[in-house]
Amino acid sequence: MMIDLLVSAAGVARPAGPADTVGGRPARFVAAPGRPDQLAALLARCFSEGLTAVPRGDGSKLDWGAPPSTVDVLVDTARLAGVHDHPEGDLVVTVGAGTPLRAMQAVLGRSGERLALDPGSPEATVGGVLATGEAGPLAHTYGFPRDLLIGVEFARADGTLARAGGKVVKNVAGYDLGKLLCGSYGTLGVLTSATFRLHPLPVARSWLIRPVHRVGEAVELVAVLRDSPLAPAAVEVDLPPGNGGPVPRQRGGGPSGPATLAVLFEGSALGVPARCHAAAQLLGTEADELSIVDEAPDWWGRYPFGSGDVGLRLSVPPSELATAVLLLREEAGVPVPVRGSAGIGVLHAALPGTLPVPRLAEILATVRAGLAERDGWCVALCAPEPARGELDLWGPAPGLELMRRVKEQFDPRRLLSPGRFVGGI
Amino acid sequence: MTLDLLARRLRRELGDEAVITDPATRRTYDCDGLTAYRSTPGLVVLPADAAGVRASVRACRDAGVPFVARGSGTGLSAGALPEAEGLLIVTARMRRILEVDLANQRAVVEPGVINLAVSRAVGPAGYYYAPDPSSQQICSIGGNVAENSGGAHCVKYGFTVNHVTGLEVCTADGELVRLGAGRAAQAPGYDLTGVFVGSEGTLGIATKVWVRLLRSPESVCTILAAFRGIEQAGAAVSAIIAAGLRPAAAEIMDALAIGAAEAAVACGYPPGAGAVLIVELDGPAVEVEAEAAAVTALCGEAFEVRSATDPGRRAEIWRGRKSAFAAVGRISRDYIVQDGVIPRTALAEVLHEIEELAAAAGIRVANVFHAGDGNLHPLVLYDGQEPGALARAEEVSAAILDLCVKRGGSITGEHGVGVDKAAKLPLMFSPEDLATMQLVRCAFDADGRANPGKIFPTPRRCAERGGGAVAPGPRSGAGEASGATREGGTLRRPAERA
Repeated sequence: MMIDLLVSAAGVARPAGPADTVGGRPARFVAAPGRPDQLAALLARCFSEGLTAVPRGDGSKLDWGAPPSTVDVLVDTARLAGVHDHPEGDLVVTVGAGTPLRAMQAVLGRSGERLALDPGSPEATVGGVLATGEAGPLAHTYGFPRDLLIGVEFARADGTLARAGGKVVKNVAGYDLGKLLCGSYGTLGVLTSATFRLHPLPVARSWLIRPVHRVGEAVELVAVLRDSPLAPAAVEVDLPPGNGGPVPRQRGGGPSGPATLAVLFEGSALGVPARCHAAAQLLGTEADELSIVDEAPDWWGRYPFGSGDVGLRLSVPPSELATAVLLLREEAGVPVPVRGSAGIGVLHAALPGTLPVPRLAEILATVRAGLAERDGWCVALCAPEPARGELDLWGPAPGLELMRRVKEQFDPRRLLSPGRFVGGI
Repeated sequence: MTLDLLARRLRRELGDEAVITDPATRRTYDCDGLTAYRSTPGLVVLPADAAGVRASVRACRDAGVPFVARGSGTGLSAGALPEAEGLLIVTARMRRILEVDLANQRAVVEPGVINLAVSRAVGPAGYYYAPDPSSQQICSIGGNVAENSGGAHCVKYGFTVNHVTGLEVCTADGELVRLGAGRAAQAPGYDLTGVFVGSEGTLGIATKVWVRLLRSPESVCTILAAFRGIEQAGAAVSAIIAAGLRPAAAEIMDALAIGAAEAAVACGYPPGAGAVLIVELDGPAVEVEAEAAAVTALCGEAFEVRSATDPGRRAEIWRGRKSAFAAVGRISRDYIVQDGVIPRTALAEVLHEIEELAAAAGIRVANVFHAGDGNLHPLVLYDGQEPGALARAEEVSAAILDLCVKRGGSITGEHGVGVDKAAKLPLMFSPEDLATMQLVRCAFDADGRANPGKIFPTPRRCAERGGGAVAPGPRSGAGEASGATREGGTLRRPAERA
């Protein structure tokens, strides 16, 4: 029996239940290896049996990406969890791929440290964040997961365990395969553990909140901030749809007000208020409209799309932000909430999943063509049925032919998350 | 014969002035900054642009000849060691800054552009390019991309890979391919830019580089703290990091290195110092002021602390550190510059162990290092004219790397593996790890024509694209296969040229 083979390899395995799906594709089995060698044995078994495997962390982004062609084995990473190594004072940590990010941050916080990564899916596991390359507002200063990851261990499609990078921040020995795995959606390997560089928790944090009335105004203010030496930690905008209606949320919160620019400052107890006030002067408007608060606005770092929406990510040069938003809204012809990291030109948006699929395809094609002229990209992160299976969620990718060759080397039999990634990879 | 035909084709396609066949001129390219390895390239070409690189690589493909890319030749791991039967593609004529886009904080540059030239170009507008290897006055951006160069300030700002957002590369097949987001922050697909940066020329040649420009900080403060011993200096760095401060640089020099710097440039560091710590803080003035006060307080064991915020006085503090590598030539005929990394908290113990190693071998080791990130640069001193001295120095140098690995560190923090450390890579990685890395190489360069013999101790045979057949493996082995000669008596490494 297949299930017995999977149990003997992974330690824990069971037939899949109705909830065990990936992008609507039902899995046949669920296996939960508890150690790297069990993961390796599991993938080796899948390899020899020709079974497709898709890793799952918390499942918070399992509906992201295109649906895999088949899911024979859902590889649950929950038992590959835990803080393996957190040497005091070195500002690095090694954790199992199945570790919830939030739990890890709690451990680090006790030492006055953090991983400077605040993705929009708060329940996510480390492996899930890495596999999707998910980042939040702090990417403005600290970059994406690829910028903070310094070492990885993972299992290849044939079950070979491999490591790259290391446990020190500065290291140029060998190819940096961690970069390749970040944002690869489980198509090249399954992570067992990751090592990150950490940062000290800031002593003080404050948000400067400033209402804006036009998209163009928000973009101008972001440019002013970028050109200032005030060094904000993050610069976010919330651009509710033109009709002022409520913005769908991934979770919680009430209706949005007008469009808002929110700027996070982190630093010393004296420095943060001083920089907030300097920024307030710079962004000058009637004083009563500006506020400086110690809590993030409730929309901060949350996606503007929900489960019924087509969730978009636009990544454009910041100077093209206004054009990109207007292009999207004009083409969509329906209210489109937009929100995200204006300081680095990464925005998220929601299209109603109720639009007919050909209409959605048209919108995506027009927006992608318009952005391509401006060195920008538009990816549909997620979509409800039936759009999910019919749309080209990814669109064009630079260097796709080389990507295919990389995939072919790492997974020649196309067993790892087949079809989930760009260009059908 | 093959090379003669290749030369003729390149002359036709790139022009006479781009091709060097004359043996004496070719010999000037026989090594990079690590002069211990030498090999005269069979043929040298200096393309004027990306199209010229593509033409050169295509000619190599058609002739079945390997190629090696070279920027300014300042590398310290023999990563640009030429092939005697191959083509050396020198990017020195590709020095155009193609685009500066301040609104989006990007510049697009050709690979031969000098690192410092980027900051010079955008400095007047209040921007700069962060990675600052100490050879930044002469090293090229293309070389930085190949080596994933760091510098004194990478402890805060990261390495070349964190500042390159896109590339145009020429693959070994002679295709120009755009990788990465470029002016934007994120593009769909695998992060091929991320894996290309630091691949030491083995995945192809970067022909255009999109770099991030950072806003120049409002304020910069450089602090020099003089300690009686190196342990106190190391402890001060630990205390600074533990306090949650984020120095832009934290550099330590020991007494031997200080002595050399004094002899060379009269840097005027406090007399009697057993170690000096240089800490730089940058950012908004109000933060820098607070951090400077905190750092000064945490350097309580120092017997003298100086600080400076104006550029002239800051440069004075840096002068000794920046000259340190070259200055060591003042106190020793010959020396080996080592590059290893340890967890920062192991600093004191490892330095002590290095001292013991050196004493046991009867060799002096000067220490200059990036203390903030545990990147050691021990300078192993010896006299090449003394019989056996080189061998002893090399033993100590190798033993230092073993120490780094034993502590969970790395055999190279910024100089790269190249030819020099290919044999050491298995200390850090299993055969499976190395085979996995080489899958990437197979994807980019199945025939192993791009910079063969670098990084990997043993080449891998690549499965042919789309089939099970096995293509002939790349040329074998580091060092010997690339025709390198070790010139023991002249093993002198003029490392950092700041």
